[in-house]
Amino acid sequence: MILAVVCALGLIIADHRFDHLERVRSLLSVLAYPLHLAVNVPSALIRSTQERLTDAAQLRTMNTALSRENLLLKARLQQFESLEAENMRLRDLLGSSFNIGERVLIAEILAVDLTPSRQQVMVNKGTSSGVFVGQPVLDANAVMGQVIRTNPFSSIVLLITDSDHSLPVEVNRNGLRSIAAGSGIGQGLELLYIPKNADIREGDLLVTSGMGERFPPGYPVARVTTVRQDPDNPFTTVLAEPTARLDRSREVLMVWTLDPQMQQQALTDTETSEGASQ
Amino acid sequence: MTDAPPRGGWLILASLLIALLLEILPMPVGVDAFRPPWVALVTLFWCLNVPERFGVFSAFATGLALDVASGSLFGQHALGLSLIAYAAGELHRRIRLFPLWQQALFVWVLLLVERLLNLWVLAATGQPMPFPIYWVPTLLGLLLWPWLFVILSDLGRRVGLV
Repeated sequence: MILAVVCALGLIIADHRFDHLERVRSLLSVLAYPLHLAVNVPSALIRSTQERLTDAAQLRTMNTALSRENLLLKARLQQFESLEAENMRLRDLLGSSFNIGERVLIAEILAVDLTPSRQQVMVNKGTSSGVFVGQPVLDANAVMGQVIRTNPFSSIVLLITDSDHSLPVEVNRNGLRSIAAGSGIGQGLELLYIPKNADIREGDLLVTSGMGERFPPGYPVARVTTVRQDPDNPFTTVLAEPTARLDRSREVLMVWTLDPQMQQQALTDTETSEGASQ
Repeated sequence: MTDAPPRGGWLILASLLIALLLEILPMPVGVDAFRPPWVALVTLFWCLNVPERFGVFSAFATGLALDVASGSLFGQHALGLSLIAYAAGELHRRIRLFPLWQQALFVWVLLLVERLLNLWVLAATGQPMPFPIYWVPTLLGLLLWPWLFVILSDLGRRVGLV
C-alpha cells in the first residue's frame, strides 16, 4: 500500500517536474490508442449515416454553394498573390526578413473526452506523420493550439484557451503587441499587460506576432470582446474570444514552418543579392 | 500463484476496459460534467468482492491506464485508486455484511476520498481547479452502485469468480 502510494507520488513528481516519462507515456499511449479509436466509433458511425442520408437536392445546393465560395476564394487569392509579391518587394526594399514558407497536414480530431479540467483535444496524426511537440495547430479560421504530446499514431493538442497556455499576439490594426493567455474558464482569452493608454478597441482582430518563434506570424487568433478599465488594476483588462471554432471543428491543420537552417540560407541569399545590386 | 488455476480473470479485465471506455466516451456538452466515476466504481467492486485477486497494485495499474487514456498527470488517478483499494481491501469483510444501501454509502465515502486526492494532486501541481460540480458525480456513483453490484456479482457468479 505504502509502496503503491510512494510509486504514485514519485510518478506524479517525475511527470510534473521532468520530462523523462514522456517516452514511457508515449509507449503506453500507443497501447491506449485502440481504446481511443473504439470510443470514436459511435460518433463516426452517426456521422457516416448522416452523410448517407443526405438526399440529392441537399447535395446539389451544397455543391452550388461550395463552388460559389470556391470562385470567391479564388478571386481573392489572385488578389492575394499580387499583394504578396508586392509585399515581398517592399520588404526587400526595407531589407527586413521575409515571409517564411509553410507546409500543412490535415488531421482529424478524435471524439475522445480527455480530463475535464484541461482544454485538450486528441488528433489522429502522430510522429509517424512527422508531428512534433510544440507544433502549431490551426483550423480553417484561426490558431487553435499547439501539440504537447505525441505518439506514433496520435497526438494531444493543448488549446489556446487552456489556462496553462499563452501566445504572443499583435493587434492587426496597429501592430500593438501583447500576450494572449488562456483563461481556462469557458472559451476566453485575456490579454496581459496592456497599458491604460493603449490603442485597443472592441472588435479588434488579434493575429499571431511570431515573437515566440513557435507560431508562424500573421494568423488570426481572436477578436477583442471587452475592454475595461478597473481602477484598482494598473493595466487595462482586455478579454478576447478565439476566432477558431475550438469546440466545433472536426478537421485541423498541423503546420510546419520551414526549418531555421533553410530560413537562414534564404536570408543570406537575399543579403548577397542585395550586396550585388548595390 | 494459487494452486487452483484462477478463473474468470478475463471478466475483471473486460469490466475494467468497459469502464475505461465509458470514462473517455464523449458526452453532450452540459452532461459531461456529470460523468459517473466508472473506473473507480468497478475497481471498488473487485476490491470488495475478490480482494485476493484484485488488490492495491491492480488498482495502481488501473489508475495508470486511466491516466494514459485520459491524458491526466501520470500517477494522479493511480494514487487515488490505490488508496481507496487499500481501504476497501482492509474493510471488505465488514462491508460485505452490510445491506446494499449501506454499502453504497461506504462506496460513496471512498469515491469522495478519491476525488479529494485528485483535487490535492491538481492543486499541488498548479493545475486549474475544477468547479464545485466536480463533487456531483460521486452522488451518481452512490446511485449506480446497487445496480453495478447486482450486475457484476451475477456475472461473477456465472464465471465462478465471486
